[in-house]
Amino acid sequence: MDALATPPTEAVDRSVASRPLEAARAIGAVRARSRRRLALVVLIGAAVAVVLALCALLLGAASLTPDRVLAALFGFGDETDRFVVFRLRLPRILAALLVGIAFALAGAVFQSTLRNPLASPDILGISAGAGLGAVLALLVLGVGGALVSLSAFGGAVLVAVVIWAAAWRQGLHGIRFVLVGVGLAYVCGSTVAWLLARADVREAQTALHWTVGSIADVRGDDLAVLGIGVAVVAIGVAVFSRVLAPLSIGDDHARALGVGVDGARVLLLLLAVALVATATSVAGPIAFIALLAPAIARRLVDDGSSALAASAVVGAVLTLGADVVGQFALPGLTAPVGIVTGVIGAPYLLWLLATTERKSRS
Amino acid sequence: MTAVPVESSIHAAAVTPVADLAAEGIAVGYDGRRVIDELDLTIPSGRVTAIVGPNACGKSTLLRGLARLQPLEAGRVTLGGRDVSAMPRREVARRIGVLPQSSIAPDGVRVAELVGRGRYPHQGWFGRHSSDDDVVVAEALAATGVADLADRRLEELSGGQRQRVWVAMVLAQRTDIVLLDEPTTYLDVTHQLELLDLLTELNRVHGTTVVMVLHDLNLAARYADHLVVMRSGAVIAEGAPDEVLTRETVQRAFGLEARVILDPVAGSPLVVPVGRFHNAGPAA
Repeated sequence: MDALATPPTEAVDRSVASRPLEAARAIGAVRARSRRRLALVVLIGAAVAVVLALCALLLGAASLTPDRVLAALFGFGDETDRFVVFRLRLPRILAALLVGIAFALAGAVFQSTLRNPLASPDILGISAGAGLGAVLALLVLGVGGALVSLSAFGGAVLVAVVIWAAAWRQGLHGIRFVLVGVGLAYVCGSTVAWLLARADVREAQTALHWTVGSIADVRGDDLAVLGIGVAVVAIGVAVFSRVLAPLSIGDDHARALGVGVDGARVLLLLLAVALVATATSVAGPIAFIALLAPAIARRLVDDGSSALAASAVVGAVLTLGADVVGQFALPGLTAPVGIVTGVIGAPYLLWLLATTERKSRS
Repeated sequence: MTAVPVESSIHAAAVTPVADLAAEGIAVGYDGRRVIDELDLTIPSGRVTAIVGPNACGKSTLLRGLARLQPLEAGRVTLGGRDVSAMPRREVARRIGVLPQSSIAPDGVRVAELVGRGRYPHQGWFGRHSSDDDVVVAEALAATGVADLADRRLEELSGGQRQRVWVAMVLAQRTDIVLLDEPTTYLDVTHQLELLDLLTELNRVHGTTVVMVLHDLNLAARYADHLVVMRSGAVIAEGAPDEVLTRETVQRAFGLEARVILDPVAGSPLVVPVGRFHNAGPAA
């Protein structure tokens, strides 16, 4: 691939000379404004994430004073302080950020490639499929580590294929396509519940983890798999995200602009499914981040783009924020992150369901 | 990928001979049902071609086949003798621009950004918009008369303005062939004429080959250099409008009794249909 496709031909030079440059500058200014706005959204999001991370570091059961946390952070302080900071709090914060980025990015890719704000992997049962795959690997096959992620990927792909076979041919828009996914999410969810019951999992934390999603017990190895997985796939998404702009104005337009529509769509969706699988195999099917974060990001950026970078930041903030709220908002009551995101996400989903038919008709 | 061929610029197109677009025995259909079969057609280069015919005659399907929006079940489409399906997609997209019937505007997208998407086939894998792209976009906006709207959101515009923005996007693609599927649908008569005048200007000034599917026979007769009349998936007549558009052809294509008179403004044939309740005056 050549880096710069348009060498300044003689024709372009002539047109530069014959027409005032102001018009072109005005075009550049519109683009620059939307770039600045994107940068602002990402920066503010990152700042909020840092503040939330500090809250999560400083708050907690073993009430460490801020100065002891900071001391431990920089390698001072006693053994216990360092254990709490590096083994308990920091991994959880990193897990929240990474899982948030993964779900949000996957949601943004799904919603953009399918041109449907409802078509996000959590609503379509892709996350539930990944959860089922992970639980099968853990409880039935008895494997661990990266194999769990692989099995989660298999489950997620299977759900995607079933949705495609059942509904995508009828078109990507409208409610039918979403209903098939919602149904599949229930099938996967109940199967997970059945497997958990059959395996006689009495530990509430484990059951919660696989039914609503939790990052309370993400540790070293899992975190490494999560970090590497998210980084690699996110780079892949960034490389191929170029086709989202033509794809978002319709398949016909995209084809006319030289995009191999079907191949590009399948590739991007597979990458998104890989993100969902990686995140789910570590944190369980955390609800609504994939649905909510891209919607918020697109509204903040507000330039008609897929807002991938902004989605990732918003996803990280939402997940970490939900985890902080779940841990500390109600004294004496802790809720896993998936419960909090569910409470935030459900009203949005209802609103979206209420307005989506009207929109697709217009 | 190779560098951009010089003829991909509409400015150069007037100088460089434009490659012929042709269909050779193509069959196109939906879900196994062939709408057109074994169709041959050569689009004259540097001319305005209009494809007309009754509903469901396959005129849009033919255009979609030519524009590679619909896969061919048989035959091939050639550009300057080369099979289009064997050419890299990007190269085809730098030579053939398409305005399909349906477009989706993402929420919040601004005119300048949307029109800039027409530059996609000219940008590299990591390509960002360059100032050259801005110049091309500005020219496309000026040509379609929407330069003042560059910073506006698409959803704020009227139907006529929106259609001109989509045309501007196709112009920003800088191709020497432009295919349009019923570009005047949903436009009132003033905007229909404006758009067709714009396409004529594009053809006269830059030598762009224009191919469009049109519903309105009289506008097609007025604006086309070359008229293609279809019926039941086949081309039943083609040529200069004043030769093709006869009483007999209208009867054969549409099953419509009509008189054909001379358009007093353009000098092109004007089809005046005869209805059950209106059949007065001498036969033409």
